[in-house]
Amino acid sequence: MFSSRKAWIAAALCTVSVWAGAQSAAYPGIGRAATTKEVAAWDIDVRPDFKGLPPGSGSVEKGQDLWEAKCAHCHGVFGESNEVFSPIIGGTTAEDVKTGRVANLRRTDFPGRTTLMKVATVSTLWDYINRAMPWTSPKSLKPDEVYALTAYLLSLAYVVPDNFVLSDKNIAEVQQRMPNRNGMTTAHALWPGKEFKGTAKPDTANVACMKDCIPEAKVASMLPAHARNAHGNLAEQNRLIGQQHGVDTTQPEGKAVVASASGGNAAPAPAKPAATKAVDPAIALLSKHNCTACHAQDRKIVGPSFADIAKKHAGKADYLSGKIRSGGAGVWGNVPMPPQTAPDGDIKAIANWLAAGAAK
Amino acid sequence: MNHPDGVNAGRVQRAPEHFLDRQGIQTVVAESKQGRRDFIRSAFAAAAAGAAVPVALAQGNPVPTEGGDPNILNLPEHATGLGQGVATDGYGKPSKYESNVQRRQSPGLTQTTQASVSFAPLQSLFGIVTPSGLHFERHHQGWWDIDPSKHRFMINGMVKSPKVFTMDEIMRLPSVSRFHFIECGANTAVEWGNVAVPTVQYTHGMISCSEFTGVPLITLLEIAGADLKNGKFVLAEGGDGSSMTRTIPMSLITSGEVLVAYGQNGEMLRPENGYPLRLVVPGVQGVSWVKYLRRVEVGDQPYAAKDEAVHYIDLMPDGQHRQYTNIQECKSVVTTPSGGQVLLDKGFYNITGLAWSGRGKVKRVDVSVDGGRNWRSARLETPVLSKALTRFNIDWVWDGKPAIIQSRAMDETGFVQPTYQQLRTARGTRSIYHNNAIQSWLVQENGEVKNVQLS
Repeated sequence: MFSSRKAWIAAALCTVSVWAGAQSAAYPGIGRAATTKEVAAWDIDVRPDFKGLPPGSGSVEKGQDLWEAKCAHCHGVFGESNEVFSPIIGGTTAEDVKTGRVANLRRTDFPGRTTLMKVATVSTLWDYINRAMPWTSPKSLKPDEVYALTAYLLSLAYVVPDNFVLSDKNIAEVQQRMPNRNGMTTAHALWPGKEFKGTAKPDTANVACMKDCIPEAKVASMLPAHARNAHGNLAEQNRLIGQQHGVDTTQPEGKAVVASASGGNAAPAPAKPAATKAVDPAIALLSKHNCTACHAQDRKIVGPSFADIAKKHAGKADYLSGKIRSGGAGVWGNVPMPPQTAPDGDIKAIANWLAAGAAK
Repeated sequence: MNHPDGVNAGRVQRAPEHFLDRQGIQTVVAESKQGRRDFIRSAFAAAAAGAAVPVALAQGNPVPTEGGDPNILNLPEHATGLGQGVATDGYGKPSKYESNVQRRQSPGLTQTTQASVSFAPLQSLFGIVTPSGLHFERHHQGWWDIDPSKHRFMINGMVKSPKVFTMDEIMRLPSVSRFHFIECGANTAVEWGNVAVPTVQYTHGMISCSEFTGVPLITLLEIAGADLKNGKFVLAEGGDGSSMTRTIPMSLITSGEVLVAYGQNGEMLRPENGYPLRLVVPGVQGVSWVKYLRRVEVGDQPYAAKDEAVHYIDLMPDGQHRQYTNIQECKSVVTTPSGGQVLLDKGFYNITGLAWSGRGKVKRVDVSVDGGRNWRSARLETPVLSKALTRFNIDWVWDGKPAIIQSRAMDETGFVQPTYQQLRTARGTRSIYHNNAIQSWLVQENGEVKNVQLS
């Protein structure tokens, strides 16, 4: 199946000939040397530096024929289908091919992420098509067919022209045109080793506050009433006995129940409703923009109290606007305040209220 | 009435909400708010009287009206007859009354069942061990039941001698048995932006915990003479159609933690979980625990496999993806009471849940019933093991008023599970993977528990 990988097999053969028959001193009789044929049959992975890539080539044109015969029914003729799997093609631009960063990944309003938007390494496409596609008959494609299919997908994303022939000789150049080739980072704390020189410091730093940690708990999101039975009857998804039973979601909540607990679809009553009367409209904005998650009127929570801020920065509305917008740390302690994205008018109103004394 | 197979209708003790009509529910709620138990009982009794099939009333523990509970006064068949013999079933199964406790798919999540997920019913589990038949499933290209006598395990790459092992040989080597959790990197993924699913099964059910038995991978690498100094990365590869591949750091393997496992909870792995051989990578997301493991390759570079270059990468607000994100950070969830359940009366409850960390042991779990304003530390039940689920419990007397229940875990590194706000500040809402935020359950006045997120 992979007879074209002679160079790699020769290298493996050399290794085996030196060590074949070597037995572990600690565990004699366990394991035997793999033959070159065995290693060749299973060692099919292709690394980003193309180690493991067998020689061969395939044209966009041939790839299109193969695609329409073997792949299009799941992925769509242009790799755009969202019917069975997430789309492969779409969302990348000629500019991305130049920069190596897919601009649409920065857009929160862009619908979905295609394979070509995400993948940084062309080796990944080749390796995966070769090992796992087509879905119902994986490992049935010959290397030249894998080259052709990869070429076709790359042409759909305008990474290579329609008359391109992809091969082991030019694939490294194609890598330099991958739309998201510069889009990956290993600067994070989620790799359990030092191999990537990431960071050991997690990106969140909650503190285990025990008392009066937030001023009020306010529900911001819950399932709408029409989704009540969308996952089936929850009464049938809980044990018949126990301290709680499943709720019968085939029945709507009783009207009295809804009225007493939540007033319809609106957020239900908080554990302790805020008693503050909104005299200054700014006070309503504190809640609207979640300021009250970290700040209370007259005591420190995560951040300083509004009263303390008003005292320290009396009359400095512009300074306060700037601080709310850009966030900061050090003025009140080491816990940073993240930059806020509320509308300018709202930020000014809050800053004015604070600068004027933060009256209730 | 709708019964699980084989259930005798006359003997089923059904939950009261099954036979209360809407008016009955309203009566119960109204009266329970006033604490008048007699009204609740009469409502249940009235509902039972109206039911087509006689139903034994155990729930609610009613005070007898005819001089005693018929369940006590009238001896049942099982107290007056001869029971079944040994080995009636060569492999015992759960009680027929437990048929609600199933792993389930989340409707609409995937288009196929072979590239899909089923979620473990955390709301119905006790302790820390997931029964093997309820272990969550994640398949990329369907599951197989592989003949173990024909399964082979190969080691190649930067080794002195590429090796092949049979299952017989692997099972001859010194084995270890260890409890570890396995959590899919996409557990709780649908909740990044807002509430999307109703119960803990669907929010957190892509986690399970088992006692795994196998051979440390380092033992097998040493047999093959692996270059442990320059071979910094190991590729693990499955033997099924998807031939799943993932890059594992050699530093984790040399620590002895990574296992080539064949045992799960005292028996062989279940086919859905990789029978006869899978990788166990403690603390690391489930996708690295390659099932049907056929090969590992020692190399000096990472492999950028499909599931670490297209999927299982975390999108940040700046448009970059974090790649090779493996560790499942400290997380916890209250499993009872939890979404989709109903509390039928005021009074005492045992709040219980699960905590875990991919960086070691759980050190502390705090629980709030007022949405995070005030917290109390829960009891951690033994055993508390590294990179395993830890069970916590805490007493609670419900006063019938709305309550928001949360749990917040801390691990032995001092890391504290984040709030949604903190997580979104760091990573936005499009990350998909590694959502370890604090979960909130709203207990309404009517006793219904809802999945909610707080502002």
